[in-house]
Amino acid sequence: MRPLRKLLAFVGPYRRRAVLALVLLASLVVLDLAIPRLIQRIIDQGINAQDQQVVVRTGLLMLGISVLSAVIAIGNNIFSIQVGEGVARDVRRATFDKIHMLSHGNLDRRQTGELMVRLTSDINAVKHLTQITLRIGTRAPLLMIGSLILMIRTSRDLALTMLPLLLITSALIVFFVLKMEPLFRGVQKRLDRLNTVLQENIAGVRLVKAFVRADFEARRFESANEAFTAGSVTVMRFMSAMGPSLTVFVNLGMVLVIWQGGLQAIRGSLTVGQIVAFTNYLLTTMTPLIMLTMLSNTWASGLASAGRIDDVLSTEPEVVEAAEAIDLPGGIQGRIVFKEVGFHYQGGSAEPVLEGINLVIEPGETVAILGATGSGKSTLINLVPRFYDVTAGQVLIDGIDVRRIWQQSLLAQIGIVPQDSLLFSGTVRDNIRYGDPLADDEAVQAAARAAQADGFIQELPLGYDAPVEPRGTNFSGGQKQRLAIARAILPRPRILILDDSTSSVDVETETRIQDAIEALPGTRTSLIVAQRISTVLKADKIVVLERGRIAAQGTHRELMETSPIYREIYDSQLGDGGPLEPAVPRRRAPGRAP
Amino acid sequence: MTARPPSSGPADLRSRMHPRGVMRPAVIEKARHPRSALARLTGYLRPFRPALTLVFALVVAYTLLGLVGPYLMGVAIDRFIGARQAAGLAGIAAWMLAAYLLHNLFQAVASWVMADISQRALKRLRSDLFEHLQTLSLSFFDRNPAGELMSRLTNDIDAINAAVSQNVIALVASVLSMAGIVVAMFVLDQWLALASVVVLPIMFGFAEFVARYTRKGFRRLQKDLGELNALMEESIGGAKVIRAFRRTDAVLAEFRRHNQAVYHAGLYANTYALLLMPLTNVLGNFFVIVLAGLGGWLALQGLVSVGIIATFINYAQNFIHPLRQLANLYNAIQAALAGAERVFEIIDTAPEIQDAPEARPLETVQGEVRFEHVHFSYLPESPVIRDMSFVAEAGHILALVGPTGAGKTTLINLLTRFYEVDSGRITVDGTDIREIRKADLRRRLGLVLQETFLFSDSVLENIRYGRLEATDEEVVQAARMADADHFIRQLPEGYQTSLAERASNLSQGQRQLLAIARAILADPAILVLDEATSSVDTRTEARIQKALLRLMRGRTSFVIAHRLSTIRDADHVLVMDEGQVVEEGTHQQLLERKGFYHRLYVSQFKGQAI
Repeated sequence: MRPLRKLLAFVGPYRRRAVLALVLLASLVVLDLAIPRLIQRIIDQGINAQDQQVVVRTGLLMLGISVLSAVIAIGNNIFSIQVGEGVARDVRRATFDKIHMLSHGNLDRRQTGELMVRLTSDINAVKHLTQITLRIGTRAPLLMIGSLILMIRTSRDLALTMLPLLLITSALIVFFVLKMEPLFRGVQKRLDRLNTVLQENIAGVRLVKAFVRADFEARRFESANEAFTAGSVTVMRFMSAMGPSLTVFVNLGMVLVIWQGGLQAIRGSLTVGQIVAFTNYLLTTMTPLIMLTMLSNTWASGLASAGRIDDVLSTEPEVVEAAEAIDLPGGIQGRIVFKEVGFHYQGGSAEPVLEGINLVIEPGETVAILGATGSGKSTLINLVPRFYDVTAGQVLIDGIDVRRIWQQSLLAQIGIVPQDSLLFSGTVRDNIRYGDPLADDEAVQAAARAAQADGFIQELPLGYDAPVEPRGTNFSGGQKQRLAIARAILPRPRILILDDSTSSVDVETETRIQDAIEALPGTRTSLIVAQRISTVLKADKIVVLERGRIAAQGTHRELMETSPIYREIYDSQLGDGGPLEPAVPRRRAPGRAP
Repeated sequence: MTARPPSSGPADLRSRMHPRGVMRPAVIEKARHPRSALARLTGYLRPFRPALTLVFALVVAYTLLGLVGPYLMGVAIDRFIGARQAAGLAGIAAWMLAAYLLHNLFQAVASWVMADISQRALKRLRSDLFEHLQTLSLSFFDRNPAGELMSRLTNDIDAINAAVSQNVIALVASVLSMAGIVVAMFVLDQWLALASVVVLPIMFGFAEFVARYTRKGFRRLQKDLGELNALMEESIGGAKVIRAFRRTDAVLAEFRRHNQAVYHAGLYANTYALLLMPLTNVLGNFFVIVLAGLGGWLALQGLVSVGIIATFINYAQNFIHPLRQLANLYNAIQAALAGAERVFEIIDTAPEIQDAPEARPLETVQGEVRFEHVHFSYLPESPVIRDMSFVAEAGHILALVGPTGAGKTTLINLLTRFYEVDSGRITVDGTDIREIRKADLRRRLGLVLQETFLFSDSVLENIRYGRLEATDEEVVQAARMADADHFIRQLPEGYQTSLAERASNLSQGQRQLLAIARAILADPAILVLDEATSSVDTRTEARIQKALLRLMRGRTSFVIAHRLSTIRDADHVLVMDEGQVVEEGTHQQLLERKGFYHRLYVSQFKGQAI
C-alpha cells in the first residue's frame, strides 16, 4: 500500500481539516440516527399516549436537528473540498517540480502526453478519492454500525433475524465489487481501441482519401465499435442486475420487520413506533452499503492513479549534483577535453552509444561532428553541458571534470541550439531573450541579425512583438532554427553548441550565419553537429563518428587525403562535377581576444 | 519571407499531431438548442420502438409496484399490528414481499433491455459520425486540426455515453415515481400531501440557485485549468530547453501562480456544487420531520392513522432518492446535449463535392497529365495557383521545384482532387478529371507523402494498405522491391511486428521505405511523391533513392523534389514561383539558362545531401 502511504503524506499538511471533516461527518451520523428514534417517540409517547405536548416538542426538536445537520454537512463539505483541492494542488506542484528536476535521460523515457495524463486525470482521480473519502467514505460504515447498534437496542430478537440478511448482502456486495473492476477495465481498453482507430483515421485522412480506403476504414471502425458496444452492454447489464438484487434484500428486511415485528407488537413486546423506527434503521443501514459499491470504483482508480504519480515522484534524476560542486568562474578559456569517454543508456544492455572517445578542443576552435544517424553525434555534444553523465572516462572543461561543476554555472557558459529548435509561446522578443531575460532590445536585435533572422522578423506585422504559437508552429523550420540560434548566441556564451541546427536553412544563409557568429566579439569554442558536408567545410577540425567511435579527425584537407569514409560522404554530397573550393580553415590562437 | 499565418492553407501534418490521452476537465456546458439536440438524439431510439414500449410499460409497472409496498405496510400497521390482530398479518407480509420482488424484477428487466437499446443507438450515432467524416472534404480537415477534432469528438462521445449509461430510464423512473408518490399521497391524505408538496418548490428553487453559482464557478475553473494545462504541456515538451537556458525557476514560479489560481477556482466552484447534496439531504430529512410532526398532530386530532404516517415517511424517503438522482443526472444530460449538438454539427457539414452524374469510370490509363490554365485559391482573395499550364508526358518523371509557398503542394491537392480547380482544367489522357469518378481517379494515383503515416497494425497490414487484396507474398515482394525487406526481417516479429503508437520503433528512413513499398504494391499509373525534407543518414538515403527510382519506372511521376539527384533524374523540371511556372526544361538546360532555377540551385541544392 505504498501509493496510499504516499498519498497520506500529502494529506499531512491538511491533517487538522481532514480530522475536522471526519468529526463533523461522525456527528452527522449521530444526528441522522437520532431521527428514527424521535419518530418512534412521536408515535409511541405522543400519538399512542395522546400527548400533544410530546408531539409538538419532538417535532420542533427534529426541526432543530435537521437545520443543525445541514450546517454540519456544509461544514464537512467545505473542509473536504479544501483538503481535496489542497492535496491536488500540492501533488501537482510536487510532480511538476519533479519533472523539471529530471535529467535528459529520464525525460527520454517518458512522453509529454504520458506526463500530462499524470498531471491532469491522475491528479483528478486522487483528488476525487480524497474528497469522497472525507465526505461519504467513512459515513457509510459509521451509519451502518450505528444503526446496527440501535437496531439491537430496539429489539434484539428482530435485529438477529436481520443478521443473515446483512451477511448475504455484504457477501453480494463483495462479489459485485470484485466482478465489476475487470469488467470496467475491459471496456476502457475497447474504448481506447475505438479512439485509436478514430485518431488514425483523422490524422491520416490524406492517405485514406488517396488510397480510397473509406470502406476499409469503415470496417475497421465497425469492428472496434461493435466490440466496445458489446462490452458496454455487458457492463450495463451487470449494473442493471446489481441494483435491484441489492435492494431486494433491503425490501426483504422491511417485510420481515412488518411480519416478525408485527407479531411481537401484537404480543406486546414491541411498540408500533419501534417498528417504524426499525424500518428506518434498515434503510439507513443498507443504502450506504450500496453506496459503497459505487465508491469502490473511485477507490480503485484513485489508488491506481496514486501509484502512477508515485512512479514519477520516486524517479531519481540520472544526473546528480556533486556533494561539493564547484562554481565555474565566468572567464573560462573554453578548452574541452574528452578523455576515454564511453556512454550507454541506462538499463540498455545493447551496444554502447559512445566508446573510447578521445578529443581535445582548444579554446576558440570550431569543431564539426559528422556521421550517420545513430552514430552518437548528439550524445557526444550533450555530454558537455552534462545533460547525460558519461559511463566511462571524463569530460573536462578547462581541466575540470564537468561532474564536479555546479550545473547552473556550467550552463551559464554554454549556448545551445537543440535539434528540434523548440520555441515557446510569447513574442519573438521573449523567445530570443530566453537565454538572458535582462538583455536590452539592442542586444536582441544584434543576436537576431547575426542569426540572419532580423530580416524576416522585420517583415512580420508586429516585428519583434509578433506572437509565437506554442512550439513555434506559426514559423517555418528555417525561421525557427534561426530564432533558436539568436536565442543561443544572445548571452555571448564561451561555448556554443549547434546540434544540426541549420538543416532547414539554405547554404547561402548558413554561410552568412557562420560568418556572423565568427564576427561576434569575444572568443568562443563551437561544437557543430551536421548532416550536410557544406556545413562543416570551414571547421578547424572535423570529427567523423561511426558507430560510437571516432573514425577520423582532422581538417577537411587532411580528411580528404586520409579518410575513405569522409571522402565517400563528400563524393556522395558534393561530387557534382563542378569543382567546389574547399575553404581554408581559419584557426585562431587559443584564448586571444580579437 | 514572413511567418505563415495559421490555417492559411494545408499546413504540415506533423504540427497537428497532439499527444493523446490528456483529459479535459469536467465542464458544464450548455447546448445552444437543447431541444433539437434532444429530439435528434431520441431519433436514434426510434428503430427500437417495440422494445422501448416494453421498457416503458415495465417502468410504469415497477414504479407503481414501488408504491404498493409502503402502502401495504401502513395497512399492516393500522389493521393488524395496531389492532392487535395476528391473523392475516402473514398474508399481508406475503403480498408486500410479492410487490417488492416484482418491483425489483421489473426494474432489472427494464434496465437489462435498455442497456442493449441505448448502446445500440449510441453505436449507430458513432457509426454515422464516422461514416460522415469519411465523406468530408480535405478542407474540413485543414480547418479542424486533427488533435483538436479528436479530443473534441472523444469528449463529446464520452459525455453522451456517460449520460446514457447512467440510465435514461433512471430519469423516466425518477419523474414517474415522484409523480406517483404525489398522487398516492393525495389519495391517502390530502393535508399531509399538501404539506409535502410545499417542500418541492423550495427544493427546486435551491437547486436552481445553486446551479447558477456552480455554472459561474465552473466556467472560471475551466478557464484557469485551460491556462494551467497549456503551461504544463508547453513546459514539459520544452523541459530540456528550459534546463539548458536555466529558466527552470522562472517556469516553476509561473506554474505556481497558475496552480494557485486553479486551487482557488476549484474551491469556489466545488463548494457551490456540493451545496446541493447536503441541502437535498436536509430537505429530505425536513420532509420526514414535517410528516412525522404534522402527522402526529393530525393523528392526535384523529384525522389520520399511524399506518398512514408510516407509509408517508416511507414515501418521503423514496421521494428523496430520485430527486438526488435528478440533480446528478442534470449535469450529465447538459453535457451530453452539448456534446450531441457538436456531433450533429459535424454530421450536418456538407460532404465533399460528389462526382458529376455523368462521371465515368477510368479504364486503362496511359498517364498523360495536362494542366490547362488552372487557377486556384484556398481563400477567395489570395490566389495560390495562377494560370498554370503544362504537360506531363506518360511515363515521364516531372520534378516540381520552387521556394516554399510556390504552390507545389497545392498542385498535388488539385491533381488528386482533394480540392477542385477554380477555373481551367486538368486532364488525364485527355479526359477532364472532374468527369472521372473520384474513387477511380485516386485508385490510379499513388501518393507518397512527406510524413509517412502508419497505422497501429502489423507491418504486413501497413504495406497491404496499398492494395487490400494483395497476398502476403505480394506484400513481401513489394517490400523487397522497396529495399525494406531486409530491415523488416530484423524487427522482433518480422512482418507481424506491430507498429505501436505512431511507429516510434521505426526510424524516419525506414518509415519512408514502408511508404514506398505501399505505393509499389498499389501499382498506380501516376505517382505523386512529396519528397521528405528531413535528413536521413547517407546510406539509408541512397537506399531510398534507389527504391524510388524503381518505383517511378514506367509511371508518370510528379515529384516535389528536395534532393538534387531526384531533379537530375527527372525528365522534365517545372520551376514554380508564386503559383506560376517560371521556367521549365531539364536540369542541364535550366542551369545553362542561368535564370531563376540557377539562383535557386545555388542557394538550395548545392552542397546538399544527395
